[in-house]
Amino acid sequence: MKQVFSRPLNLKDVQTHFCPGCQHGAIHRLVAEALHDLGIRDRTIGIASVGCSVFLYSYFDIDVVESPHGRAPAVATGAKRARPDRIVFTYQGDGDLAAIGTSEIIHAANRGEDITVIFVNNTTYGMTGGQMAPTTMPGQKTSTSPAGRDIKNDGAPFKMAELLSNLGGVAYSARVAVNSPKNVLQAKKMINTAFRYQVEGRGFSFIEALSICPTNWGMKPLQANQRLTEEMIPYFPLGVYKNTANL
Amino acid sequence: MSEKLFVKGNEAVAMAALEAGVRCYFGYPITPQSDIPEYLSHALPKAGGTFIQVESEIGAINMVLGASAAGVRAMTSSSGPGISLKQEGISYMAGSELPGVIVDIMRQGPGLGGIDASQADYWQATRGGGHGGYRIIVLAPASVQEMYDLTMLAFDLSDIYRMPAMVLADSVIGQMKESIVANPRPMVELPAKEWAVRGRQEGQAQNVVKSLKLGDGEMEAFHWSMHARYKELAEKESRWEELYTEDAELIVTAFGSTARISRTAVAMAREAGLKVGLLRPITLFPFPAHVYLALSQRCKLFLDIELSTGQMIDDVRLSVARDADVAFYGRPPGAGSLPTPEEIFQQIRKVYP
Repeated sequence: MKQVFSRPLNLKDVQTHFCPGCQHGAIHRLVAEALHDLGIRDRTIGIASVGCSVFLYSYFDIDVVESPHGRAPAVATGAKRARPDRIVFTYQGDGDLAAIGTSEIIHAANRGEDITVIFVNNTTYGMTGGQMAPTTMPGQKTSTSPAGRDIKNDGAPFKMAELLSNLGGVAYSARVAVNSPKNVLQAKKMINTAFRYQVEGRGFSFIEALSICPTNWGMKPLQANQRLTEEMIPYFPLGVYKNTANL
Repeated sequence: MSEKLFVKGNEAVAMAALEAGVRCYFGYPITPQSDIPEYLSHALPKAGGTFIQVESEIGAINMVLGASAAGVRAMTSSSGPGISLKQEGISYMAGSELPGVIVDIMRQGPGLGGIDASQADYWQATRGGGHGGYRIIVLAPASVQEMYDLTMLAFDLSDIYRMPAMVLADSVIGQMKESIVANPRPMVELPAKEWAVRGRQEGQAQNVVKSLKLGDGEMEAFHWSMHARYKELAEKESRWEELYTEDAELIVTAFGSTARISRTAVAMAREAGLKVGLLRPITLFPFPAHVYLALSQRCKLFLDIELSTGQMIDDVRLSVARDADVAFYGRPPGAGSLPTPEEIFQQIRKVYP
């Protein structure tokens, strides 16, 4: 029998702690496939962040450094500057990257650090139980915005892929989703591009991956996926916001 | 390499770091330590290393964490307000058993405080300034030569014991110029950094540098193993200087800049016929407690001098024999509060038995 589908070698054969329907697993897989496709897994260093993404080392069979909350781009900068021939990526959630870690992400991007950042935006703090995130949508109810996010009080959600595309050091900035087979294929292409740019030494590459959190959204997985499709994508449009190869 | 150089304390730190093979410096400007990044900004790239002036002290210490996790020698330097910001990263480094050197050229506080000499960050340095319960190695130079020598020692001890090491000085030591001999890096046998992340090769185990410990009993075991390491440090690495302690009726004790001033005061006391000695801890953690205990079996009076309302005195009191007394003279940090040798000599006269 011909095997047509298998686990990428750099993903461990273990169960994840992710909730049913969570899309971290799919995004993990796309990252693992990119490392495999580019043949870089034996020289890749992953930087785990704080939140649901902290267990990166439990699922990826690669060397990993665990970072303090929000500081992954700084930790990645240190690792990359120490070993410039290695491929270094961070994997961060929205609270981590767009709230407590805004200083680190903006400056790493602006310096054009030769790293890749995978930013998972599910509009909430997953690990701590569904509090309001910097990407929580206007009117979205969370455990700390029970009446819905009020832009007058909390500001508008950050659009990180757009924001970072304005910085000089950024070589590639794109937003993807894994809500449909078509978008998964598109996401795979863009994640591969982000890592390839690092291999080619082009500078900072950024992928914002929209994701769902059925548990904290209080939805079934399919419902959550529908919300992503109907509410999130119109507010956070998919696409490439910066590509220095096109400049 | 035995020629004499006339350099600033802060420059000596930078020169020693280069000689010790530092590959990465990450820092943020703050008085009175900015000579260190200024020196390394040109010298380190020339030596093939990396210098980044970072957006914040938090970013800087986390870059040290990342570079150290990747197996190279990395450092940062700062002063009071910046060292406070670095505490998050230092705690994570301690929890991840990562080496790394932090230079703290103390200034006054709390808050923005001021830029004159201070020793009021003794507690912050020696108690582990961040969360979770940990210690770091703390070395206290009292001369420019020691700024050089102890910076190199900080790198070695940090690598051997797999914990952050701090060089703790103040603006007196950091800003003054003295002649030094820029000794070559001592030959020290260092453990291989087999735990470092390098990219997992085929057939090798995955390396993970982390501080999250959720397994049953895992964190408790970690704390006891670090406790054992701190004990080993105390047994093997305590360093101190003694002067005229053999027949002393009173032992003055101080570290860093106040030890320098006290040295002159002790010499004045000897000239006046008073049997006064000096005990200067060089390692503040590990604190040379056994030396205090041994000396206090015979000499029953100590005079602790600090640029604070008294911090190291806690360690002195915990270390001396039960029947020994510890007097205190402090000048809390502030412009014009640096004591003169005469002033300390007056204190010696006042308490001398």
